[in-house]
Amino acid sequence: MDTEAESRLSDQTIWLIAVRDQRDRASFVRLFEFYAPRLRSMLARSNCTGAAADDIIQDAMLKVWHKAEQFDPGRATASAWVYRIARNCHIDVIRRTSRPIPEALKVEEPPDHDAASQITLNQEAQKLRQALDSLSADQREVIVQAYMGDLSHSEISDNTGLPLGTIKSRIRLALEKLRHEMKDLRSQ
Amino acid sequence: MNDITHHIPPRLIRAYASGSLPKSFSLVVAAHVSMCDECRARLEAEEFAGGAVLDTLAPASSDNYELLARTLAALDTPPLAEPQTHGAAGIYPAPIMQALKGRPPRWRPLGGGIRQTILDSDSEGSVRLLYIPPGSAVPDHGHNGLELTLVLQGSFHDETGSFGVGDVEVADADLDHTPMAGEGMPCICLAATDARLRFHSFVPRLLQPIFRI
Ligand SMILES: [Zn+2]
Ligand SMILES: [Zn+2]
Repeated sequence: MDTEAESRLSDQTIWLIAVRDQRDRASFVRLFEFYAPRLRSMLARSNCTGAAADDIIQDAMLKVWHKAEQFDPGRATASAWVYRIARNCHIDVIRRTSRPIPEALKVEEPPDHDAASQITLNQEAQKLRQALDSLSADQREVIVQAYMGDLSHSEISDNTGLPLGTIKSRIRLALEKLRHEMKDLRSQ
Repeated sequence: MNDITHHIPPRLIRAYASGSLPKSFSLVVAAHVSMCDECRARLEAEEFAGGAVLDTLAPASSDNYELLARTLAALDTPPLAEPQTHGAAGIYPAPIMQALKGRPPRWRPLGGGIRQTILDSDSEGSVRLLYIPPGSAVPDHGHNGLELTLVLQGSFHDETGSFGVGDVEVADADLDHTPMAGEGMPCICLAATDARLRFHSFVPRLLQPIFRI
């Protein structure tokens, strides 16, 4: 993979930025067409199908539209952001109550135009994707289960004052750690 | 905030990100992440990985056309007002204030000067605030499952180490311990369990059903 490809934002992230900045409906349709079928697969793993899945997908995609101004491509990819939103929607439906979520960091600058952190984060995204692709089918299934876990079963069992830049560099460090853990899995 | 030394174990952060952590522990994770940038970064990294896995899922072959039309038709409808949210207050980060519904804790005496406020309790586990006077001990106990304790004010120590504001102790079935509050401020912590505690002394055992520990 060449450096130029690595530094390019994913299509999904570009569409989400267009939704955020231009309220662009065509880009929203592209996001929907990409994520709806994948969210349906994710939900099916928790035995959530049919109309119940439709409702969660619609709820999640409407939140993507309405909360787009909170999306910061220097901190998350579009997929990470949609994953979080869809998970929260699903859990709120299962528990019929809002899930405890961390307090938001006080945003000290509007989330945009931090090109350097967007590019490094995107390079991390590519590397993580490569680490995922290099796993055997069995190992990949372990990872998929860890992140797409069966919710129906698993149910049994102040502002910190730090500038955003600190969080961003820590996310990169945490991602590197995570990637190396994934590599360790491969060498087992 | 920078001297947090006991963090949420990564596997629990991943379980929170993927939605598979029981509700009682989710509150401890959300509260600790509100106080700890390191675990916030780890959580965002886990969500990043979740997004990468989502990308690789085989798309379900269902026809989404009608759902897309319905969703597009709803774009211009203003979203329903979010349920009222409560921000951080004093020593309590926002997720705890949310669980308290914005009100100060209503402490109930547990004996020995120790007080508690149950935030949530069901068949899967419970989560409560504990108030322990300086120098007092929580009776010696073991755990049937997992116990997470997040310090919000003061400190405590036990056989495994000492825990200050922001620190989380992770205790499992192997640990028998007698947490003792440090001197100075009373120790206030958020404690979650997924199973009942086992007290070793006779009196707390009698109290157990009454106080739902
Ligand atoms: Zn931490
Ligand atoms: Zn304990």
